[in-house]
Amino acid sequence: MTAKIKLATVSLAGCFGCHMSFLDIDERLLTLLELVEFDRSPIDDIKHCGPCDVGLIEGGICNAENVHVLREFRKNCKTLVAVGACAVNGGLPAQRNHLDLGDILQEVYQTSLGLAPGSAIPNDPELPLPLNKVHPIHEVVKIDYFLPGCPPSADAIWKFLTDLIAGRTPALGHGLLHYD
Amino acid sequence: MSDTFILDGEEIPFEPGQTLIEAAKAAGKYIPHLCWHPDFVAHGSCKLCTVKVNGRFVSGCTAQAAPGQNVENRTPELDDKRRTLLQLLFVEGNHFCPSCEKSGNCALQATAYELGMLTPHFDHFYPDRPVDASHTDVLLDFNRCIMCELCVRASRDVDGKNVFALSGRGIDSHLIVNSASGRLGDTDFAASDRAAKVCPVGVILKKRVGFAKPIGARDYDARPISQHVKESR
Repeated sequence: MTAKIKLATVSLAGCFGCHMSFLDIDERLLTLLELVEFDRSPIDDIKHCGPCDVGLIEGGICNAENVHVLREFRKNCKTLVAVGACAVNGGLPAQRNHLDLGDILQEVYQTSLGLAPGSAIPNDPELPLPLNKVHPIHEVVKIDYFLPGCPPSADAIWKFLTDLIAGRTPALGHGLLHYD
Repeated sequence: MSDTFILDGEEIPFEPGQTLIEAAKAAGKYIPHLCWHPDFVAHGSCKLCTVKVNGRFVSGCTAQAAPGQNVENRTPELDDKRRTLLQLLFVEGNHFCPSCEKSGNCALQATAYELGMLTPHFDHFYPDRPVDASHTDVLLDFNRCIMCELCVRASRDVDGKNVFALSGRGIDSHLIVNSASGRLGDTDFAASDRAAKVCPVGVILKKRVGFAKPIGARDYDARPISQHVKESR
């Protein structure tokens, strides 16, 4: 028997909806676990990605930490996959891109109604700095495959992974390929 | 007996004066398109319907069918080029399908599914295009405009109102509304106009009916757009 495929997953500027959809493959997770071993993933809480065969990236890039994590994945994963609308085209977080970042932060933390007196824009050094624009991940590193959807359905994720693991070029076809 | 041409190896009959896309549609064959509509004069701008006639690229919506033409349509070469055109359209506007009322009924989206577009590939422009909600019955969301001019043609040629036009050049091209304020609410546009129902994407939307059709019952949920070829568009 050949060694199991190493799989890492992460959610960057996403909502974890794609990971929830991943979990929606339900009992097929048990079949998947016979074929793959998880590295870094919210499922096992490993904090850093080691050398992997496949990396699944949910979410786009909205802050400096996202860029570091994405580059760590690209460095370690032989095959990197953009999973879901945010990773593919920026998605919901990118809907702020036509607005000025400074104006957004000021309105949210300083000038909108109902804020406590003395409210200020958070400035803790622990917080990653937001980027001026949200970007899809292919604008930062090379991406090998794209799996669109908001989220991609469990069946689409299953079809994609089983194709990839079997050495086929993943093909979704009508009904599984969707952008919403 | 009518004349014929060859489309992807199949003999297609045509009437004199028919364009390639009209003859193909009549024969139940799908040539991808966005700006063409059987009810309106051809525009020839989206270039999705580009086919190869005897080795030369032509627009299927403007080129007339002629006897003996050998027309290539759904070849990997042409579909690759069409996919690139779609990717350019997707990155030039703000096509955020998950929040769009037109999703599932959108010709741009359905054509991208048909051609297997998995990624927009290019860098996004994320343009700033404010919506116009000034009209009581109809909303304009310019973020999704692909400048097919179907609303321009419908308003001018059918409704006789000239409500819409394209303005600007090149990357600055954009849809405008013909009123002093530039707002739709200050025109004589009505929800019953032909122009209100012709938008292939999610720009011209009737208010208060969004998301009425559930996922699964939308136009392109059951069948891909290529299998809708016998229907009106």
